[in-house]
Amino acid sequence: MLDQRSRAAGSHTTAGLIVKITVLAVVAALAAWAALPLVEARAWWGLALEAAVVAIVFYTYLQRRTIPLKYLVPGTLLLIAFQILPVVMTIGTSFTNYGDGHRVDKEQAIEAIVAAGVQPTPGGTTYLLAVGESSDGELALLLTDTADGSVWVGTEEGLDELDDASTDEAGRVTAADGYEVWDLAELNERQAEVAELAVPTGPESGIRVQGLSAFEGASTRSYDDACDCITDESTGTVWYADDEAGAFTTEDGEAALVGWRVGIGFENYLQVLTDPEIRGPFFGVFAWNLAFAAGSVLFTFAIGLGTAMALNRPGMRGTKLYRAIMILPYAMPSFAMLLVWAQMFNRDYGLINEMLGLGVDWYGETWAARAMVLIANTWLGFPYMFLISLGALQALPADSLEAARIDGATGVTAFRTITLPLLLVALTPLLISSFAFNFNNFNAIELLSGGNPFNAGETVGGTDLLITYAFRQAFGSSSSDYGFASAVSVFIFLIVATISAVMFRATRAQEDVYS
Amino acid sequence: MTRIAQPRPDVPLRSAPPRRRRSGFARWAGDTGWRHLVAVVVLVFALIPILYVVSAAFNPNGTLSTTSLLPSSFGLDSFERLFSEPNVPFWRWFGNSLVIAVPAAFISILISSLAAYAFSRFRFAGRRPMLLFLLLIQMFPAFLAVIALYLIFGSIGDFYPMAGLNSKLGLMLVYMGGALGVSTWLMKGFFDTIPKELDEAATIDGASHAQIFFGMILPLAAPIIAISGILAFVGTMNDFILASLFLTDREEMTLAVGLKTLVADNSPASYFGVFAAGTLITSVLTVTVFMSLQRYIVSGLTGGAVKG
Repeated sequence: MLDQRSRAAGSHTTAGLIVKITVLAVVAALAAWAALPLVEARAWWGLALEAAVVAIVFYTYLQRRTIPLKYLVPGTLLLIAFQILPVVMTIGTSFTNYGDGHRVDKEQAIEAIVAAGVQPTPGGTTYLLAVGESSDGELALLLTDTADGSVWVGTEEGLDELDDASTDEAGRVTAADGYEVWDLAELNERQAEVAELAVPTGPESGIRVQGLSAFEGASTRSYDDACDCITDESTGTVWYADDEAGAFTTEDGEAALVGWRVGIGFENYLQVLTDPEIRGPFFGVFAWNLAFAAGSVLFTFAIGLGTAMALNRPGMRGTKLYRAIMILPYAMPSFAMLLVWAQMFNRDYGLINEMLGLGVDWYGETWAARAMVLIANTWLGFPYMFLISLGALQALPADSLEAARIDGATGVTAFRTITLPLLLVALTPLLISSFAFNFNNFNAIELLSGGNPFNAGETVGGTDLLITYAFRQAFGSSSSDYGFASAVSVFIFLIVATISAVMFRATRAQEDVYS
Repeated sequence: MTRIAQPRPDVPLRSAPPRRRRSGFARWAGDTGWRHLVAVVVLVFALIPILYVVSAAFNPNGTLSTTSLLPSSFGLDSFERLFSEPNVPFWRWFGNSLVIAVPAAFISILISSLAAYAFSRFRFAGRRPMLLFLLLIQMFPAFLAVIALYLIFGSIGDFYPMAGLNSKLGLMLVYMGGALGVSTWLMKGFFDTIPKELDEAATIDGASHAQIFFGMILPLAAPIIAISGILAFVGTMNDFILASLFLTDREEMTLAVGLKTLVADNSPASYFGVFAAGTLITSVLTVTVFMSLQRYIVSGLTGGAVKG
């Protein structure tokens, strides 16, 4: 009886049962540990989510009917948390104006605008100023209290104590955890951005920047609930909230610098499709992007297949050695080798110009730069194509080749009519995914050319892919527009998915893959 | 694997029929000579950048302008600087990369092999849509979801600081999720080639589904597990964007992010040699992994016929 029950549960042996109990016990222990901070913070939604996950896990491994579930649940949970949720959130962001100037919610925006009207009050705290940039591009004031030397970090959201900061003799912050501290040159250059920053410390008080220091004082501005507006008593300016644009604007239509996050519908998508400044480059970039992906697949496959055919000769000497060396480019760390290639194409000191006796400015001319990224990407990719072609060649059905030879097909004819079609049946899915991968090959472009060359005044470089272009929009040095960048990501996704789907359908590779 | 191991010595030999009498050399050239020629040309292409790295690493000057394909002088200066300069905590970076990449690869392979087994051996409602969905989600430019990941891990960090932003555990979780789709497809393709009759025989002998999976399928699928493991490991080692967003402290950086800083525009010219030395040491690790698993690679890649 006992034996039967455990068989049905899938744990046939005592060992299996012990493993199952142990794993579930560990899950329970982890869950209890993870619940503590949630309870402490009264984050009930988090607790409910956790309880649901634990319930699913326990149900899955204690039930006996649906066996596939036992194998699918761990992957599904991980996939939802770290792939599906980010994608869903990105799509959500693409319908908002999230970005520089629209990072916070409305209340925080009001506080920040009020704080920007702060005038010095006698006896108020003064600070030594340094400016830090977080890795997502948000600016923060790194403040040292001149009275007691304590260190603070202030953003649009408010003031926090800063731990782990190093300071110079004067007490000014020189390095801080999580921030890249600006040097004087950068501070000079971006003075205007800093001057607009204000840190709210209370409903009508805040900290403002003045040169290389900052002070705390009371604001001349105040928010009025009744008219949903902010009034500046000293200048008489009135800003009215515009809930659709997520900004406070004066009657002349001038917007205050800090706005808040709101949904703006399809505006980001419309911007991609209609704004001439974006539409022009978008289609140019798209064409080059297609060419880059197709070219990368074509060149790597041509070289890889050619080499594989040459080495697919039983009894040939040295094949093992050839093969071992041929795999090296695949085995070397690709990020480092991309950087090495970038140095090899240096105009003045690079190996390529030196070896070939050329003086080509590989980064300055569009077509030279495009050739460069294709050459380097081919180097990185051909060993993979070599390996899969070799495998596929050796797995070709011998009888087809035999039949072809009896019919008199040799050399090129046999290759074109028998070998290549047979190979393509096996390799098409791999070629399509290689295309999809190269279509979004961010590393190749970013580490090799960085999108160069840029024509004067243009935001798009000659070698930019859609993805590097979108990335610069999102995290560029001038201003970050996450909403717009998210919309471009969704576009890229739709494009790649469509192209891949069409190709899969055309080759009917699907039937093979799903069998 | 067995398909590939079968030599068919008679096929290519007979494919060069003795149409005319030719001198020994001409026959050799037409038969195998051109093969060596193609191989050597490709070898040169493959080796130039690698030689260049070696030459740069052992160039005592360490600058780009004094480096050429074959070293003119020899010195270990770059390696000494790599290990001694406080600004370049190379072994920390190396350790960070391993601490993140090894567990991430291991766990994601384990989890995807479970899923691949279900997709390969069971028929259940929603199987085809799920497979398609896995393929589709892979095409979303993952690191363009960094904004979302940043927000997610910001709030995770509020409750569990050890897994939030600027933590290795958080980055590891992201990589684990990232490798899932690819490995599941690769492994499902390979599992499909393992005859189902084996399962049936084992079931008749009284084996449970767990015993079949852990005791039979997994050992038989060693090639694909090796190759998926390598791909996940190397993919993680090579990631640049997520790592640079997640880990900002110099001490906490991974190799990719750390080494990149050495050839940044504002780095001294002589750091090129240090960078090359670091690249060389990193390569020793990845090349060793590849070479030791080489016999699995060809069969693994083609057996799983989806993506690499």
